[in-house]
Amino acid sequence: MSGIDRHPVYGPADLTEFDPERQLGAPGAFPFTRGVHPTMYRGRLWTMRQFAGFGTAQDTNRRYKFLLDHGQTGLSVAFDFPTLMGYDSDHARAEGEVGKCGVAIASLQDMEDLFRGIPLDQVSTSMTINGPAAMLFCFYVAAAERQGVPSHKLRGTVQNDILKEYMAQHAWVYPVEPALKVIVDMFEWCAEHAPLWNTISISGYHIREAGATAAQELAFTLANGFTYVDRAVARGLDVDRFAPRLSFFWDVHNDFFEEIAKLRAARRIWARHMRERFAAANPRSWMMRFHCQTAGVTLTAQQPMNNVVRVAYQALAAVLGGTQSLHTNSLDETLALPTEEAARLALRTQQIIAHESGVADVIDPLGGSYYVESLTDQLEREAEALFAEIQSIGGVVKGIEDGWFQRQIARSAEQFQREAEQGKRIVVGVNEFTSEDDHPVEILKIANDAEQDQRRRLARLRAERDRSLVQEKLEALRQAALRDRNVIGPMLDCARVYCTLYEIRHALESVYGAYREPVFF
Amino acid sequence: MPGPKRPIRVLIAKPGLDGHDRGAKVVAAALRDAGMEVIYTGLHQTPEMIAQAAIQEDVDVIGLSILSGAHMTLFPRIRKLVDAAGRSDILVTGGGIIPPDDMDSLERQGIGKLFGPGTPTTELIAYIEEWAAEHVSA
Repeated sequence: MSGIDRHPVYGPADLTEFDPERQLGAPGAFPFTRGVHPTMYRGRLWTMRQFAGFGTAQDTNRRYKFLLDHGQTGLSVAFDFPTLMGYDSDHARAEGEVGKCGVAIASLQDMEDLFRGIPLDQVSTSMTINGPAAMLFCFYVAAAERQGVPSHKLRGTVQNDILKEYMAQHAWVYPVEPALKVIVDMFEWCAEHAPLWNTISISGYHIREAGATAAQELAFTLANGFTYVDRAVARGLDVDRFAPRLSFFWDVHNDFFEEIAKLRAARRIWARHMRERFAAANPRSWMMRFHCQTAGVTLTAQQPMNNVVRVAYQALAAVLGGTQSLHTNSLDETLALPTEEAARLALRTQQIIAHESGVADVIDPLGGSYYVESLTDQLEREAEALFAEIQSIGGVVKGIEDGWFQRQIARSAEQFQREAEQGKRIVVGVNEFTSEDDHPVEILKIANDAEQDQRRRLARLRAERDRSLVQEKLEALRQAALRDRNVIGPMLDCARVYCTLYEIRHALESVYGAYREPVFF
Repeated sequence: MPGPKRPIRVLIAKPGLDGHDRGAKVVAAALRDAGMEVIYTGLHQTPEMIAQAAIQEDVDVIGLSILSGAHMTLFPRIRKLVDAAGRSDILVTGGGIIPPDDMDSLERQGIGKLFGPGTPTTELIAYIEEWAAEHVSA
């Protein structure tokens, strides 16, 4: 996938500089190549965390209970586009999009409904939200308070990785500098009030899905991670106080061994940089814990049943790479959001790997393989070369402003498409082994009711809440932003009095401005 | 005998809040490489912004990329705005994550052919060129 040349066979000559002590270490020890825990899956399996969300909070609440009943062990919230962009469901820009690609959450009221009957001190929840990440986090904290669960007991993750939004995924709100400032505010606030919460999930997934190669995914994501650490250290935060709560998120693509090597290399690079460059002393600051998702971009609309097989071996690569949690895609996702049946099959895929295949019995079973170690070293070298290139163009923020990352990713996507069309790359069922009699699969239809429901609920909320309290808290938030104070506390106060998502977005936008993308192709 | 035809002008647009632009950019580059004049709007465009850009740029074709599930709202809205501006001659086509039933229904509402994941860019190019040969005068 990266165009890394492979030898026909690997042997001792490929590992002449390989020093197991230095390159591998023991599982759970520096540089964590073999995994972050000494016992890995022998102690505890990875968390099976299926990303889900559609319609209203009540619709998604039912899907969560279904998944928990079928043995899922963590929750993962997919928000709709209006929520991802910080618009309320009744905003003009939200029309036609409410509840379509995820669940609509416009205030604390919706967040309370989303987790009704699910005790927030007993599940861990991941929220894929970036531009308005802090706001949804505040809704979550406030919803937990309503259940009587204090913030220091909350376990979960908020994606909160804005740099990759500018590079690849494009759900942004504010310009780069204020967005980074609010992220450091999150690190600071959570270190004090939510010490079990992962304040960020530094994500390669979207960079890869947008077209990047494995080496680009690895290097761009780690470079983003270092940028966040730089910013937090510049604020004066102690690296060992916030770094243990930084987490990562990788795409697991088709090239089986390359993906495993990528995950092993990622842990080792992070550990080395955190210890050597950032002088972190706490081993937890060196440890890269991560979530993986199988590669949505590899799924095909043609012969959709084939996707079950793709997902299964991508999931196996994630497990052999030592992931802490995993989402397996559903076979029907190139057509629509997954049906209940497809979502259950995706979860069963993980359960079969965990309980039947035996791969969880031995830690890092590919450690020492001539091929895998050689590929791991090579990906580390390629990442270091890309770090040097990023530095030479002026760093991550400059590269985003100049569109450098965006162009690199687009070029890789175009190359992939060219290779597929020229038949240099076989996509089974698409450009080879095609068949005329594709079985259509049943797909999920999301009714437009969610939008109407949300409009009615928001109208009622706006009428019933204490309007002067709402204004007062929004103004306090604006003042905190103007004076460059940490905004999380005042934002939580806004959430508690039922300010809506867009009201909070707007209050900060009046100080921070809005992001404008550089357009090119 | 018609003279040498001018290049086909295409507006590639991302309506709505969906930020997935891999497909839009790959298609824009492929159409450009096929000799068309391509304008890309960038992300997060409203139907009004797209219709206005299409008319200002005097394009022959609008290609919309939608992966958000909002296709049943956005395609007809843009078609209607373009028609209202007296430009029912502009082809509105596109692609994305669109179930086959919805594709059929949109085609019945005056939208051109829609393309799903895995479509070779050569197929889109052929479709637009054939359409233009019939509808666009030199």
